[in-house]
Amino acid sequence: MKDELYQQAILAHADAAVRAGRIDAPDASVTLDNPLCGDRVTIDVTLEGDHIADLAHRVRGCRLCEAAASAVGASAVGRSAAEVAEVEGALRSMLDGTAAPAQPWAGFEAFRPVRDYRSRHACVLLPLETLRAAIAQAQAAVK
Amino acid sequence: MSLDLAAVRAQFPILNRHIGDAPLHYLDNAATAQTPESVLEAVRRFESSSRANVLRGVHQLAEEATADYARARESVARYLNVPAGEVVFTGGTTAAINLVARGFGDTLQPGDEVVISELEHHSNIVPWQMLRERHGIVLKALPVTDEGRLDLDSIERVVTSRCRLIAIAHASNVTGAVTPVERIVNAARAVGAKVLLDGAQRTPHGPVDIPALGVDFYAFSGHKMFAPHGIGVLWARRALLESMPPVFGGGEMIRTVTLESTIYAAPPHKFEAGTPPIAQAIGLGAATDWLMGMDWPAVSAHELRLTQRILDGLPSRARIVGPAGLQERMPVISFAIPGLHPHDICQILDRRGVALRGGHHCAQPLMDRLDLAGTTRASLALYNDDDDVDALIDGLDAAVHRLTRA
Repeated sequence: MKDELYQQAILAHADAAVRAGRIDAPDASVTLDNPLCGDRVTIDVTLEGDHIADLAHRVRGCRLCEAAASAVGASAVGRSAAEVAEVEGALRSMLDGTAAPAQPWAGFEAFRPVRDYRSRHACVLLPLETLRAAIAQAQAAVK
Repeated sequence: MSLDLAAVRAQFPILNRHIGDAPLHYLDNAATAQTPESVLEAVRRFESSSRANVLRGVHQLAEEATADYARARESVARYLNVPAGEVVFTGGTTAAINLVARGFGDTLQPGDEVVISELEHHSNIVPWQMLRERHGIVLKALPVTDEGRLDLDSIERVVTSRCRLIAIAHASNVTGAVTPVERIVNAARAVGAKVLLDGAQRTPHGPVDIPALGVDFYAFSGHKMFAPHGIGVLWARRALLESMPPVFGGGEMIRTVTLESTIYAAPPHKFEAGTPPIAQAIGLGAATDWLMGMDWPAVSAHELRLTQRILDGLPSRARIVGPAGLQERMPVISFAIPGLHPHDICQILDRRGVALRGGHHCAQPLMDRLDLAGTTRASLALYNDDDDVDALIDGLDAAVHRLTRA
């Protein structure tokens, strides 16, 4: 029975909304849309060297997107740009059911049931895609 | 005559499907309607006994294919009350509107105006923005009311002497509101402009008397009116079709080709370059034949009765995004429930066999106008029944319970 999409772990992530909001004077702020449904994620990020010093997110989207943004908020501070790219690949692999190049961060295990819903993969991936774009913008500004 | 709902439903084998343990309740007809046996059989008969290319072969199969293709055009023409020679087969509504944006639009001059509205589907927005990029036209939009209807109070101000075309949905794919075509046509005629109607949401709900509407172009898709995907129609007045240049060049649209030049075929073939979607066109012809046999006052009464049941049965928190009543509306019901995202609602309803659509419905400017990220939409076809409505209403109550934050 493929009915675990709104299991407690995902709803708890969404309700926790870790690091939801804005940060003052971010190094970069990026907004990305999901063209499927119009979901919109904005991420503010501040870097220290190559590592994330602070971040905040705002989500106009579904519970899956809110939950994924919260999971990012819970785990991303202190990570490097390379680690963010790596975990995005790991999450894609988990959703696609392909060989994983790495393990997703602990909180992302909750999204494994989304694997059966291809149209919803983008909802889970959008916050990480936005974070990666924000890091790239911040790094470009430094250069 | 009347509506024998059991007989209608028996025409649709897919309605016997289950989603998990739940029977299918298909309420996404505004996106794609299901296909009856008579259409499936027409396509199967062609593909299994007459499959060949059209218009060029002299062998028996080619003759049969050509005749079937021509008959399909005649069936569609009867549905629209127009001459068959004015019916151009396209890939769908989007292709039909793009054909007008190219064939008619490319004759416009910088500063000429095209008027659309805030409630259009992207397929009736983007082609005109692309035309603006190519030719420097001015693109204007009629406003909509909070109820999701066209606001025509300002139409005489918006439609100026520079207006060359008003391109408007015959019915909204989000709100279900039906456009008051006569006012649009009158405003256009007053300044010598043409009128294009996007009929994608209107044609599944009964024959369209195009001459009575008085418009110049009419576009729609087969897949929303019980025909296969990949087929649609552009109807235009004969004189317009003759004056418009072709958009695609190739086989089947020519009379004579030399290495120096080409003499085009007469309309509608001038606009049907290459091998057309023959089986799909035959399927569309079969669909219009089947629809012509319906008692439409009875079907409309049935569809609107179910529409009212849905409007009455929505959760109390729901905001109806569209007309509150049944006047001048199609059985397309959009709503928003504060705090609940349409995709989450649709996903939970799917587990109960209820197929809905959530999101912006390819109408992002309307979402911006109504200050919504998206809506949940239930859209009915003639085969829907009270069980479908019951499953929707029960499922929405369950979704609200499941998704509402503690």
